[in-house]
Amino acid sequence: MAREIPYIQAIGEAVHQEMARDETVIYFGQNLGLTEDDPYVKAFGGDRVRVTPISETAEIGMAVGAAFAGFRPVVQLYMAEFMLVAMDQVVNEAPRFYGMSGGEVRVPLVLQAGYGFTAGWAGQHTGTIYGMFMGVPGLKVVVPSTPADAKGLMTASIRDDNPVVFFHNYLMTLEHGDVPEGEHVVPLGEAVVRREGSDVTIVGIGWTVGKALAAAEQLAADGIEAEVVDPRTLAPLDVATIVHSVEKTGRLVVVDQATRHASAAAVIAAEVASEGFSALKAPIGLVTALDATIPYSQPMEEYLMPSEERIVAAVQQAVGSSPVAA
Amino acid sequence: MSENGLSKERLTWMYTQMARIREFEERVKRTFEEHPGVIRGHTHLADGAEASIVGALAALGPDDQLTATYRGHGYPIALGTDTKAMMAEIYGKETGICRGYGGSMHFVDVGRGFLGTSGIVGQGIPHAAGAAWGAQIRGKGQVVLSFFGDGASKQGAFHETLNIASLWKLPVVFVMENNNYQAYTRVEQEDANAAAGEPLAVKAKAYSMPGVTVDGGDPVAVHDVVHAAVERARSGDGPTLVESLVYRLSAHGNIIAPPGVPLHYPEHEAIHVFGNVEEYEAAKRGDPVPRFRARLVTDGVLTVEEADAIAEAAQQEMQAAVEFGLASPFPAPEKAVEFVYA
Repeated sequence: MAREIPYIQAIGEAVHQEMARDETVIYFGQNLGLTEDDPYVKAFGGDRVRVTPISETAEIGMAVGAAFAGFRPVVQLYMAEFMLVAMDQVVNEAPRFYGMSGGEVRVPLVLQAGYGFTAGWAGQHTGTIYGMFMGVPGLKVVVPSTPADAKGLMTASIRDDNPVVFFHNYLMTLEHGDVPEGEHVVPLGEAVVRREGSDVTIVGIGWTVGKALAAAEQLAADGIEAEVVDPRTLAPLDVATIVHSVEKTGRLVVVDQATRHASAAAVIAAEVASEGFSALKAPIGLVTALDATIPYSQPMEEYLMPSEERIVAAVQQAVGSSPVAA
Repeated sequence: MSENGLSKERLTWMYTQMARIREFEERVKRTFEEHPGVIRGHTHLADGAEASIVGALAALGPDDQLTATYRGHGYPIALGTDTKAMMAEIYGKETGICRGYGGSMHFVDVGRGFLGTSGIVGQGIPHAAGAAWGAQIRGKGQVVLSFFGDGASKQGAFHETLNIASLWKLPVVFVMENNNYQAYTRVEQEDANAAAGEPLAVKAKAYSMPGVTVDGGDPVAVHDVVHAAVERARSGDGPTLVESLVYRLSAHGNIIAPPGVPLHYPEHEAIHVFGNVEEYEAAKRGDPVPRFRARLVTDGVLTVEEADAIAEAAQQEMQAAVEFGLASPFPAPEKAVEFVYA
């Protein structure tokens, strides 16, 4: 049975349910489980729920070691940028052992990292940095865009035998949506079509899925039917579903909160240009954040970000373009 | 006959493992000369550290675990990993312990408790602590040894991990093999404690855990110190930092060179960087393998014939390992993408 709960609560519910289901799931990070009344400590005890110092290298490195020892650690990192001080563990340790050992060692762990907090957090706490991780072989990258997916993808991430970076969007923290109460699994690596349409494909990622859907409604009023695809997982990327949609619509606009040259949009555009070029009737549109450090002041911050207006304009340009092939 | 409570059988086992590690490393080194091109990349040898490795591992129980570094050939040899598969791995063959995916720097043998080796300095230290956290949760009395070098103790990973391990009283023992060189740099050039004339074990003080310095050329002394640390960890009293003073008898690694330049082992940094021949010669005179052999013979633990037989068996074993490695096939190229996701 589904009921409306916020996005962030859906994530916590998945962690809690998986900890109840599997005693090898352990949960740790800074400023959590501080008292006996903490719901995780209460349910699972202080052995499996532990507060850490501000030591991301040790936290993520210990998650790798606990995974070696048969556990499924979930590291609460709060902000995605905090991974940057432990980049070796995220990029060059956790995802490397399975390959380096010829399949002997598995490293199941989840790094829960909030991203995209473009709400006045200025230059160092607003980054949409999944693009840095989606090209790392062995690492899975998850970007839920709804509360239900947040729960289902977290469940799948914990059960996955690989290291997973779970990027949840800070702007969506309190967005409500229907979420199944019991076990809910959304498989990793499967995109979903959020809205069907025949004129243009809009790929949204995380927070920008909602923007894409809103833009699609505006466009529908003008007689343009947009299909909105949500990859949900950036690594592995479900290229087939995106290309399939483009084959139907002939046009593609990719919307990404990341700065353009570090965006997932750039990779998606390259894949479609490579795998679906013959279906394209217009150049691929990229609606991303502009390549700049995110400013503190609101008008400047908003100027950099993708918006419904920019999506609508990009679609109108794509639809209005002359066909590149007859 | 026994020493410090170690039986003749145990002491013989220790010498045997030291002899096997030495012979394995000699054969790796000789491969560069005898079979040019067979070994690629960067290979790091444990010759000189045999007593430290074996003494420490002798303190472990059957369910205990360890992580180590890219200088990681010695540990699995002592644990009983097949040396044929190890040599084949260094030669990049499909019969290698990691099927040719890892090479010299990334040995692993989970079944024997050897959980993995990071090739990045210091980064394996939190892995050991994470495994120790797992052991603490399981509550079955397992202990994890974390092996690393003196250079690693300047990494944030070292400091962050020692803090948490002490705070959480994790069942882990940190074994720092201090060989006096951080790659090519002398320890006094890069370590504040060394520069001040203090042992590196004083770093333990900052994290409220015992710090002990031991002669890493004496396997019995290393065993005793690590054994006490393991028992402390097992009883729930938390970690210890053991500084084991060793002298690696080979250079940091083979030369770093682009394709086409034959790889080889240069002279030790004491000689080729610092021109300090006497330091190196003194270390050779103190070589822990013949030193331990002489001690066991003098003490009547081994006869000369028995010691010779151990050395002879090690030579035969490693000759077979080299032959196996050379004769083994390479992996099929398309296997390269087999182990991306589990």
